[in-house]
Amino acid sequence: MFRFITRRTLGALVTLLIIAACTFFLFFAIPADPARLACGKVCPPELLEQARHNLGMDQPLFAQFLAWVAGIFVGRDYEGLGNCPAPCLGFSFVNRAPVLDTILDRMPLTVSLTIGAAAVFLTFGVATGIIAALKQGKALDKIASVSSLVGASLQIYFVGTLALYFLVYQNHILQQPKYVPFTENPAAWAAGLALPWVVLAIIFTANYTRMTRSTMVEQLSEDYVRTARAKGMPGRSVVMRFALRGTLIPIVTIFGVDLGTLIGGAIITETTFGLQGIGQLSVKAVGNSDLPMLMATVLVAAGAIVVFNIIVDVMYAVIDPRVRLS
Amino acid sequence: MSNPFLSVRDLTVDFHTEDGVVHAVDGLSFDVEKGTTLGIVGESGSGKSVTNLSVLGLHNPETTKISGEIHLDGQELIGASRSTMEKLRGNKVAMIFQDPLTSLSPYHTIGRQIGEVYRKHTGASKAEAKARAVEMLTRVGIPQPKIRVDDYPHQFSGGMRQRAMIAMALVCDPDLLIADEPTTALDVTVQAQILDLLKELQDQTGASIIMITHDLGVVASTAHNVLVMYAGRAVERGTVKEVLGEPRHPYTWGLLASMPRLTASVDVPLTPVRGTPPSLINLPSGCPFHPRCDYVNLAGPELCRGERPELSPHRGHGDACYLTLAQKREIHQ
Repeated sequence: MFRFITRRTLGALVTLLIIAACTFFLFFAIPADPARLACGKVCPPELLEQARHNLGMDQPLFAQFLAWVAGIFVGRDYEGLGNCPAPCLGFSFVNRAPVLDTILDRMPLTVSLTIGAAAVFLTFGVATGIIAALKQGKALDKIASVSSLVGASLQIYFVGTLALYFLVYQNHILQQPKYVPFTENPAAWAAGLALPWVVLAIIFTANYTRMTRSTMVEQLSEDYVRTARAKGMPGRSVVMRFALRGTLIPIVTIFGVDLGTLIGGAIITETTFGLQGIGQLSVKAVGNSDLPMLMATVLVAAGAIVVFNIIVDVMYAVIDPRVRLS
Repeated sequence: MSNPFLSVRDLTVDFHTEDGVVHAVDGLSFDVEKGTTLGIVGESGSGKSVTNLSVLGLHNPETTKISGEIHLDGQELIGASRSTMEKLRGNKVAMIFQDPLTSLSPYHTIGRQIGEVYRKHTGASKAEAKARAVEMLTRVGIPQPKIRVDDYPHQFSGGMRQRAMIAMALVCDPDLLIADEPTTALDVTVQAQILDLLKELQDQTGASIIMITHDLGVVASTAHNVLVMYAGRAVERGTVKEVLGEPRHPYTWGLLASMPRLTASVDVPLTPVRGTPPSLINLPSGCPFHPRCDYVNLAGPELCRGERPELSPHRGHGDACYLTLAQKREIHQ
């Protein structure tokens, strides 16, 4: 187990380095000049040259990338702009601050958004999936199938806007979304994020309902489930302890992917509700040609996927003793 | 022997499927006496497994219709409440399934799977249940039971898994053990060991056993009485000596002729029963076996195609065929 995690972590670091390099070199393929942006609207050639030098953009591309990598370990100093202590993921020309500070500032919102929504859609999706599987062919099953199909076809900007209109502006059932740190006031934290949670959950639950239902139906006809019943295990325990266990594997798989994606930034959700999370940050970084910020947000997104993939693999071994990590 | 331990009367099991109603079991009656083994023999789809699943109430209540009577130690099981059945299962009546790999949960240790039956029915503590699991593994001949109790099924060999399955079935000292093809999925060498183990445990506990099999060899070596099933009905019933020694029903003859024998010359080919098992949705009229039977003309085609023959005589060695006893004796020397 320990060796597995070590090996996978090393692999993850290599993956992230490759992703960073791709982002870096791709960025220079787009026609944008960060130095010109940093220099301002009226920019005489000497000043532009000075800005280039300050940003390190007068160096060869590869040297610039190496400087970026080195910055992670030793930090960087941008003359006249500011200091970026290690671990330095870059220094935003736009914000005039180390990107890591900005990322860490926005991260709590995105993490709160993800965790809250994930708790709702995982619980609700698995529960409705189990019910649908147990009531195969009955009214409840059909309701679950139809609503999950509808949920899967909806888009966040559509549901989100409708929800904002009906639940917030018309009926004042939920609050206008805003972010209050959990540590400051847990109740306000939950109330401020309730709407985006619900909207994300509506979209994501469908997947879990369908996955849980189909796997559960399979599991319920497994021989060992029949054995459990033949031993006199009560119905609830047969479902929860035996059939659900095998159902968890595909659920954990999609849950890992969804969590990774959401931590990388729920761009549309954040835009719909005007929340300033990682997603917003990455969209703005593209608009501002803010390479360091862009690289950092891409790395956060990639890092989240990579980390959750490792966790999912470990979970497989926890759920199913036949899986050996090696 | 006026009150058999298990008594099944006119059991009928119908499944409702999209293609129609499947008559899986059709008016079946049989008894199992205390401490004896009844072998139920028949082809796939003859209703032998369904019969026994319905004894435990393990059929799907949505699609299955059951009628008739099942008396276990005087208690009526058809229509019994769910909690009554849950108390019975694994406790008074236990079951062993065909494939121990798929029938054991891959997610729980052997000890846990054995122990939880014990805990459920006796209210024992976790530690007591584990000690009991070790004791049971010892009884079924698993080496190093104290270590193996914490293993998962995939760490066991096929034969050991079936031993563990037997340990699980016997942990609450059941009065009736239903073994559904317990050796079919095992190596031949292991089969004999498992059958010996079952016999030995029966001698110790005095439990009744229903041995479901398509292998007449298994019946010959383990059972006291035999019930031959065809298309959801009993076609022949009697002691092992009667049914295997002087079989009376053409289907039983067919089964015997299709079985390899050590005493026969290798040149004598095996004769399978010709034709295929009937559709249980549209059963043939009259005797369900008549389309595959070689003796329809001898017994009388109108009889065979007209009315369904009943088991006769009522007690002892009986069969459901219109051939006269003399004809049967003459045909099967």
